[in-house]
Amino acid sequence: MPKDTSIKSVLIIGSGPIIIGQACEFDYAGSQAALSLKDEGIEVSIINSNPATIMTDKVIGDHVYLLPLTCESIEQILQERHIDAVLPTMGGQTALNLCKEAEERGIWVKYGVRVVGVDVAAIEKTENREEFRQLMVDIGVGVAPSKIANSFLEGKEAAQEIGFPLVIRPSYTLGGSGGGFVHKKEEFDAALSRGLQASPTHEVLVEKAVLGWKEYELELLRDNKDNVIIICSIENFDPMGIHTGDSITVAPAMTLSDRCYQDMRNQAIKMMRAIGNFAGGCNVQFSVDPVTEAIIAIEINPRVSRSSALASKATGYPIAKIAAKLAIGYNLDEVENQITKTTSAYFEPTLDYVIVKVPRWNFDKFKGANKELGLQMKSVGEVMAIGRTFIEALQKATQSLEIGRSGLGADGRQSRNLDEIMEGLEHPSWNRLFLIKDAMSLGVPMESIRKVTKIDKWFLVQIQELVLLEQELKRYSLNNIPKDFFYTLKQKGFSDVQIAWLLGNVTEDEVYDRRKELGIRRVYKMVDTCAAEFQAQTPYYYSTFEDENESVSSDKKKIIVLGSGPNRIGQGIEFDYSCVHGLLAAKEVGYESIMVNCNPETVSTDFNMADKLYFEPVFWEHVREIIDFEKPEGVIVQLGGQTALKMAEKLHEKGIKIIGTSYDNMDIAEDRGRFSDLLKELDIPYPRYGVAVDAEEALVVAKEVGYPVLVRPSYVLGGQGMSIVINDAELENAVVKLLGDLPGNRVLIDHFLDRAEEAESDAICDGEDVHIVGLMEHIEPAGIHSGDSSAVLPPFNLSDNVIRQMEDYTVKLAKALNVRGLLNIQFAIKDEKVYVIEANPRASRTVPFIAKAYDVPYINIAAKVMLGANKLKDFTIERKLIGYAIKEPVFSFDKFPEVEKELGPEMKSTGEAIRFIKDLHDPYFVKLYKEKSMYLSK
Amino acid sequence: MTNYTKLPAVLLLEDGTVYHGKAAGKIGTTTGEICFNTGMTGYQEVFTDPSYFGQIMVTTNAHIGNYGVNDDEIESGDIKIAGLVCKNFNITYSRKMSDKSIQDYFQEENIVGISDVDTRSLVRHIRDKGAMNAIISSEVLDIEELKKTLAEVPSMAGLELSSLVSTKEPYFYGKEDAEHKIAVLDLGVKKNILRNFDHRDVYAKVFPATTTFEEMEKWAPDGYFISNGPGDPAAMPYAIETVKKVLEADKPLFGICLGHQLLAQANGIRTMKMFNGHRGLNHPVKNIIIDHCEVTSQNHGFGVVPDDVKNSDKVEITHINLNDNSIEGIRVKGKKAFSVQYHPESSPGPHDSRYLFDQFVDSMQKN
Repeated sequence: MPKDTSIKSVLIIGSGPIIIGQACEFDYAGSQAALSLKDEGIEVSIINSNPATIMTDKVIGDHVYLLPLTCESIEQILQERHIDAVLPTMGGQTALNLCKEAEERGIWVKYGVRVVGVDVAAIEKTENREEFRQLMVDIGVGVAPSKIANSFLEGKEAAQEIGFPLVIRPSYTLGGSGGGFVHKKEEFDAALSRGLQASPTHEVLVEKAVLGWKEYELELLRDNKDNVIIICSIENFDPMGIHTGDSITVAPAMTLSDRCYQDMRNQAIKMMRAIGNFAGGCNVQFSVDPVTEAIIAIEINPRVSRSSALASKATGYPIAKIAAKLAIGYNLDEVENQITKTTSAYFEPTLDYVIVKVPRWNFDKFKGANKELGLQMKSVGEVMAIGRTFIEALQKATQSLEIGRSGLGADGRQSRNLDEIMEGLEHPSWNRLFLIKDAMSLGVPMESIRKVTKIDKWFLVQIQELVLLEQELKRYSLNNIPKDFFYTLKQKGFSDVQIAWLLGNVTEDEVYDRRKELGIRRVYKMVDTCAAEFQAQTPYYYSTFEDENESVSSDKKKIIVLGSGPNRIGQGIEFDYSCVHGLLAAKEVGYESIMVNCNPETVSTDFNMADKLYFEPVFWEHVREIIDFEKPEGVIVQLGGQTALKMAEKLHEKGIKIIGTSYDNMDIAEDRGRFSDLLKELDIPYPRYGVAVDAEEALVVAKEVGYPVLVRPSYVLGGQGMSIVINDAELENAVVKLLGDLPGNRVLIDHFLDRAEEAESDAICDGEDVHIVGLMEHIEPAGIHSGDSSAVLPPFNLSDNVIRQMEDYTVKLAKALNVRGLLNIQFAIKDEKVYVIEANPRASRTVPFIAKAYDVPYINIAAKVMLGANKLKDFTIERKLIGYAIKEPVFSFDKFPEVEKELGPEMKSTGEAIRFIKDLHDPYFVKLYKEKSMYLSK
Repeated sequence: MTNYTKLPAVLLLEDGTVYHGKAAGKIGTTTGEICFNTGMTGYQEVFTDPSYFGQIMVTTNAHIGNYGVNDDEIESGDIKIAGLVCKNFNITYSRKMSDKSIQDYFQEENIVGISDVDTRSLVRHIRDKGAMNAIISSEVLDIEELKKTLAEVPSMAGLELSSLVSTKEPYFYGKEDAEHKIAVLDLGVKKNILRNFDHRDVYAKVFPATTTFEEMEKWAPDGYFISNGPGDPAAMPYAIETVKKVLEADKPLFGICLGHQLLAQANGIRTMKMFNGHRGLNHPVKNIIIDHCEVTSQNHGFGVVPDDVKNSDKVEITHINLNDNSIEGIRVKGKKAFSVQYHPESSPGPHDSRYLFDQFVDSMQKN
């Protein structure tokens, strides 16, 4: 059946604020779906309360509703606008739950809206653990023995029957919330209570734990004629026992025979058919007994998921885009392959490379958190890397993580403490991957590592090879490494930094120069869905070391936008929003726009956004080689958060043009000493401060500036390592810890303006004029990180005098720093006096928010200004906000029940929501204002 | 052993292109027509598929050998490919059910291979230049010398190979008391085809390639199966003749791959050597009779001439390829004879097309 012409207007439900377990993969899905429907001439409305997303931007939806995800909001939209169909599969479990609730309340029927892309009964079957289990038994698909429990007593009985170890899985929860393994009887009672409480229906499944079995995922697509294809097979490096979102995963499956794989494929198709008859995407998870190869089904998700975003980037097959077309009636054989443009969308992608996904955790933000990985997802983001071998991809992934590592070990950060290593292997946390390598380097036999971790031997053998190569390398010095061996090292993913460290006494640049001399350079290969069987049109590339380079450097003028890497607290989706706008703006003014990023969840790594996408680590060595090859006019570092910004120094050193504000001016803003000198010169007040390199100096500084003081490292984002201390003892502790985490850092010590109010400004400057994008006033008092504060646009409680000072300082600083592009300034206000706390010459967390609230494309304007294509006076800027917009931080503390919700100078929120209010009498605002100091840690 | 310490090897193509790599499998020299397979699983089934007889296989999957080799997962008694070209040849494997490593397997079966080749570049080259002969060597690295050897290798076009891989003596497969019995003309039959018949309660007698219809008819089978196999169908007049006789006798007939091409030839439809064959596990096929799609396993370097099929008054099209609209299946009007270009027994590959075996069994029921 071709397109259903009765569908002219579709509502897409988003997933709301970013939380652990539901992140920007749904921005990618929602954006793709919306664009795919718009292509078909369909009017697209979007509801999502998350202002940091691209999907809620005018470039994506025809009508964007930044409203809370509630039935009331849905009714409001349906009263305002005629909607033919709702697509709830692009917004994760949140959207499905809302769709279901609206269905139960009869809202869809009342307004004549069809639910497309899923059937509500199918959601029910997959979310209700008992129903799912029974269905699997009925269709002959294996499941782990289990029992459902609706009460504490029933749970105890189930445990007795099933035995330990077992798993508790609460019904209808996200990212495994409230679930967990129970190894011993003594742990059971507490775990059961937690599970029952986490489930909205007070229901848990008590299931036998198949710890150590191999774990796989398949991504399926089905159309209205019941044609089914498998887009991707994914194998978990970490076996059963760790949530798939917290597992290192590999595609295609590495250790599956055809017999076992086809068996799994058949079962997946059978399962999808059994849960209902709908057109769209579906994710199925399986577990395989490594000895007998028996397969059991773990779960099925009849919607687009985190894994489908990964599968889309891994294969080049845009699942959400095609799923949206299927939802409006198309069949797979009627749609073209989006990459080759000549073959059919009904086919199964084949890979001639390997992708590895490694999660990114932020345990440092949750003091006291249980860092052991288990059934409940704890990571906040992920990176993906592509290589021509598993090990190359794995090393590239570790270089993408931005945790200060230069690859898998061999970078001076290895652990040599055997007890710590063995403990870490048995109780997996964020660093297990690194500890495996460390253990091998210390000579721990692979078999012992396998026994403890249950990780498949094949993966361990690949890692072991690195250790052998390192030993071999130590026999050489830089000048006598044979070319063939050097080439092998690079093919195995070793970075120049790792090679330099292994050789000792040489620098990264020397290694780089030497290999250039030998002619060892990266080539770029295309991700084309078909292993080169057909010619492909889409410029989506990754690097490796081989003969042929498929990427052709055009002679057009081009701009490289550096992305923001993995999502993490303090640097989230809002930076991706800015990058996407940077790409689009550069295209608009005639540049070839090139994206470099490694985050598979985002819109910026959608190969339709840039003219050319390099899916590569935002890691110096990779970035410099792309620049070497592409020779762009310049590089934009202002949009990709601290990840991109911290490349500025090296770009500057190598004489590569930085678009917009110069490196020297950025350095003034970052360097506390230079910045304070500037403030003094401009006659702008700032808190008394000092800089220290050790605890002793810090004590002297603190005495000068006066307690309380704010202690923080330089060059970080999201208030990492920041704290407020009130006496010498606390200060000493803070400084010692900070320097332990970030050796060699210069510690900044500011007098903390107690009980001050906080506000911030964002501005665009073209070198002549300064435009104030917006001023936001924080509801909470100073002491809470700006990312964790509820903030109001425009200010609601600041005097004209204060606002005038803020505006005045913004203009002065923008001009003094010769800003070309964006500038964000943080203020503290005490006794009607405005102090400048810091200035960031880059896209801030708040610009996307303000752009949405005022309905002005600020990043687009800023990008054109920084490129020098336009002056501010070329734009007519009209703000459309009535009343106020409140930015509300959203936390994921529920994933860490042992951590107290306590806010301070270090950012902890994972996402944000926007809420519009007409006036200050709004009950939501009144409540927020009343509770403003509730979670303040000090 | 790390890659670095492996011996060098070289791959030379007929057009003079040279690829350098490392030795894999047995140390030696081998020649054949180069072709690529894009499957991500099932290397062992591919290597033992008789249709690949005489071909040098390029596997596009990044790693080969990961799960070792299992004595049961074979499509014939031994390795049929003439040589292997791959990116990563994994000597250590992980699978409890496996019996040995791919390296040991290749050594036992005297198969020469080359690894650490930029296979993607090679595939792009063959894709654009078309099928050609090639030589792999890990003992002779002198290109001029290899060129001389390569020049003596005959082209695949016009080559009859089935009689080289076919059984020499008839044999039986399945249960003697099965509901149906069929004659299988073995032109290089894959084991999984026979397993599929057995699972459907069909007893098979497998005949050598050159067996005549009259000879097979003596066994009084309920139907005839014309198998897959290597080589050029146009060079097999004996088999075309056999198929014609089956049709004249109005017996149920099912052909796969080479069997499909022979059914076409028997109906006056020409076959041709393709610029690049179809070899992989992901080829999209649409059954236009029931309007449903299937992901198919394919392996063919020859195909039927589409215009001949369209102009034929004897056959009708049942299946088409969604990528290039090539003919994937035909049936003979007024007869119980049909065939497909792809591999419904799919070992390796998706099981979407197994219904064709049922269809054949049904056609015998109504006999």
